[in-house]
Amino acid sequence: MSTPALPEIATSDAPLPGLRVTPQTRLRLLEFHRFEAAGQTFAYLVPSAAVFALDECALALVDLLGEQGTASIEALAAAVDGKYSVQQVWDTLGDLHRARVVTEALAPAPAPKILPLTPIPLQTLVVNVTNQCNLSCEYCYEYGEDKIVDTENGQQPKFMSEETAREAVEFALRESGSNPSAHITFFGGETLMNFPVLRKTVAYARQRAADVGKSVDFSLTTNATLLKPDVIDFLADERIGVTISIDGPQEIQDKFRVFSNGQGSYALVAPKVKALLERHRSRPIGARVTLTRQTLDVLKIYRHLHDEMGFWEVGFAPVTTAPQRGHAISDAGFDHLLGQFRTLAMDYLQAALEGRHHGFSNVRETLQELHQGHAKAYPCGAGLGLMGVSTDGQVSLCHRFAGSEAHKFGTLTEGVNRDTQRAFLESHHISHKTDCATCWARPICAGGCYHEAHTRYGTTQGPNLHYCEWIRGWTHTCLEIYGALAVQRPEFLRQFDGVDHEASDRH
Amino acid sequence: MKHLTAINRKARRVEEVTAPPQHDVVALQQGSQPPQQPEGPHIPAGCSIVFSPGWEADRTGGTAGLCQPVERDLFDCHMGCYWPAQVPDQLNHAPDWTAKCAAAQKDWRQIDLVFPG
Repeated sequence: MSTPALPEIATSDAPLPGLRVTPQTRLRLLEFHRFEAAGQTFAYLVPSAAVFALDECALALVDLLGEQGTASIEALAAAVDGKYSVQQVWDTLGDLHRARVVTEALAPAPAPKILPLTPIPLQTLVVNVTNQCNLSCEYCYEYGEDKIVDTENGQQPKFMSEETAREAVEFALRESGSNPSAHITFFGGETLMNFPVLRKTVAYARQRAADVGKSVDFSLTTNATLLKPDVIDFLADERIGVTISIDGPQEIQDKFRVFSNGQGSYALVAPKVKALLERHRSRPIGARVTLTRQTLDVLKIYRHLHDEMGFWEVGFAPVTTAPQRGHAISDAGFDHLLGQFRTLAMDYLQAALEGRHHGFSNVRETLQELHQGHAKAYPCGAGLGLMGVSTDGQVSLCHRFAGSEAHKFGTLTEGVNRDTQRAFLESHHISHKTDCATCWARPICAGGCYHEAHTRYGTTQGPNLHYCEWIRGWTHTCLEIYGALAVQRPEFLRQFDGVDHEASDRH
Repeated sequence: MKHLTAINRKARRVEEVTAPPQHDVVALQQGSQPPQQPEGPHIPAGCSIVFSPGWEADRTGGTAGLCQPVERDLFDCHMGCYWPAQVPDQLNHAPDWTAKCAAAQKDWRQIDLVFPG
């Protein structure tokens, strides 16, 4: 067999200059997840999170390598002889090598562990302005059986003082480092139970941000029970992003989201949400739904919240809980859920292709991450660009751990303890999660929520093995949608250019 | 890339950073162009940063400006390099030691043989 342009791989495409590749060099596949969309075949590469479309020649070579494990370049060329020229095979292997789809059979697997440099600029500070709530949702991670911090009998004040909130503002501005803006999310408890402090803090933060030449913006999460007209006016005028915790139509909402006397909250909440959606037009308003074993009808919930109530977006999250609880979702429940998510996601695709808005935010968020192709070493920004603050001013991993001594990162006045932060980043790196080492979805999942893992397994360090199948199934669905959009309506994806994923959570 | 199409931003980034370098020495030596006649002017840039001796990577991290054989890059070697080549004392003892060597690449054989004395 003749060997035209032998050094195609050896020179222009080799990651190591001067690496010699001959026709006898054996190649093997690296990690990737294959998916099809719109008649095209794609590869989602692991760990880089890059997405490439493969042409027929590339596909044929990948298939051969998949069947044979390893194969020499001349054997590959011989196997496709008559269909593709030797030159085409070399060119294609060069491309596959550049994209890290194939490598030399003997090349050692790199296992880089790159820790972020600290101090990392803080993007979002989640401020728990109260740990009190006027609802008694059975599944609540803050008050239910799985709580981490004893907020009722604990040492912390029930409401954050104005002074502590001011310190939080100073902390957020200071720790934002070189970022031109800071973001503050008010959280609880029921956030609006401390509305007086919230209102003053917004004014104070705007003033202080102007003093130091930065901008600041705000969001909050609320159960909507305290949305009075003056509160709504304030939220609209101050352009505060609002997320409403709501589970769906009355029969679903009233299963878990109840007052302490057991009465459902839907009747109280629905008119207030309506008033908010009518008045607050400066930022899109989203609903955040907690799914449980008893409330898994995603399609019904979506239609009610989006089509009937008028939320711009609806996001769903399975309840965070220990497995033995009555509301914990079973494996069969997760399968059912995935089917429902898939149906709704296909609705999203259809809407996107037709240029209509669709409010299923779980798809949008995943598409955004796939588009950027961030390969995560950590599941979210907690402890990096995001931290939580408890009512007494203790800074912790995230708002879900606010007030927990074991997850403390510092205090508002003393700042972040860099040794603690570094130790956390060291021990929580994806390279320590051995179960994730062979999973193709690890660039986007990285083991999943620390709080979920803590609740399930008693430690933040382990991956959330109970939803691996779910994550892979969901990521695969979103990849198919992403691929279809890339082929059929690439301009739709432009909205995700330059938008970075912002770790956020609501309850 | 001809056979793969970059779809997301990371893929485009991968394509960018793995693009074949221009004027790569190894490519030049192995490609169709004779190694001594690269496209455009090729000015030997001498050695590399202090910590890499210049044989694996040049000062830009690429391979275009790797160390040349001393006879090809004589002047950079004895003037610019952190570990200079030893040459005769051109201030006192042998001021004209390269007088017959107009272009080192071509005329290096004309350099005077100088003995210390």
